[in-house]
Amino acid sequence: MNLLALIFVAILANNIVLSQFLGICPYLGLSRKLETSVGMGLAVVFVMTMSAIVTWIIDLFLLQPFSLEYLRTIAFILIIAGLVQFVEMVLKKTNPALFRALGIYLPLITTNCTILGVAILNVQSQHNIVETIVYSIATGVGFTLAMVLMAGIRERLELATMSSYLKGAAVTLVSAGILSLAFMGFKGMVAL
Amino acid sequence: MSTLAQEFSKGIFKENPTFRLLLGMCPTLAITTTAFFGFGMGVSVLAVLLCSNIVISAVRNLIPDKVRMPAYILIIAAFVSATDMLLNAYVPDLHKALGIFIPLIVVNCIIMGRAEAFARKNNVVRSILDALGMGVGVTISLTLVGIIRELFGAGSIFGFNIMGSAYEPMMLLASPPGAFITLGILLGLCNFAFKRLGIE
Repeated sequence: MNLLALIFVAILANNIVLSQFLGICPYLGLSRKLETSVGMGLAVVFVMTMSAIVTWIIDLFLLQPFSLEYLRTIAFILIIAGLVQFVEMVLKKTNPALFRALGIYLPLITTNCTILGVAILNVQSQHNIVETIVYSIATGVGFTLAMVLMAGIRERLELATMSSYLKGAAVTLVSAGILSLAFMGFKGMVAL
Repeated sequence: MSTLAQEFSKGIFKENPTFRLLLGMCPTLAITTTAFFGFGMGVSVLAVLLCSNIVISAVRNLIPDKVRMPAYILIIAAFVSATDMLLNAYVPDLHKALGIFIPLIVVNCIIMGRAEAFARKNNVVRSILDALGMGVGVTISLTLVGIIRELFGAGSIFGFNIMGSAYEPMMLLASPPGAFITLGILLGLCNFAFKRLGIE
């Protein structure tokens, strides 16, 4: 598959949140305000790309030669948890401004299923290293796009009058459904 | 101290992970296109939760507080890998349908949440009851969403045709947007029902 199609599919046609249902927890939890959703989005792009590269290398040079594929889940989650800690420490020392911006989102990312999901998807669909990097960045951008769109909708929803039973998560899910309906329109544009 | 029966039943109604705590939303939305897939995912979560709760509560005094998170993740990941292989061996169709969501049980917040909030503070018997209650709660919720989506999206329940051959399936409910909308409306109905029954 050429890279442009890969980017298009990852951001729009097969959006990680709205059509693959990964990362729903931060999507519902952190999309209340525009700033937090941008911060979380950037943190995800950053960690997702790093972890995808590292897990890809480990898979190719450690797990596959020794046919240890059955350890993939355990190995990947350990790498991601370690990597997040490492990134946190490095950022704190070298780039305090970025650390302050991403700081509170980093620990949450370990249990964000998009990170592990993309690492596994990259290996399962046998992407090479370039495709892995491009796919991870594009998926992260798609996640950010979905977060920012949702934050915009939710800022309006705060002011809307509705039944008290629907307030909060219920109406957010229904709006996500309508958003996802809009994204479905991109499906036919690229043959997967 | 709550009774053992309460320990079991809280996961099904009062603290239902899906409808009350909003945990583990990804599989709830992704794999509930049919009742059987929802049920299968629920049982897988139940199995992993039960095993990890038992082990974590058994070794709760041995794990230093500072490294408890990585230790829990390792324990959970081991059971998830075992579940993955068992499903692949005995129910390959289900394994194929659940796909990436089986390894992702590792980062399912229900399991980590119960380890952190319950198993590390309570003994093995209570942790077993807690895991069973929560697991049954998840299974019921996922199966319910699956039944609704399968009934209207394909006209059947657990593969048995209910609506008759004249029924025109609503494709929307089988597609991703349908998952969000179904769950959103169910959540609203749940809030309504709980309010009426006086459970907060």
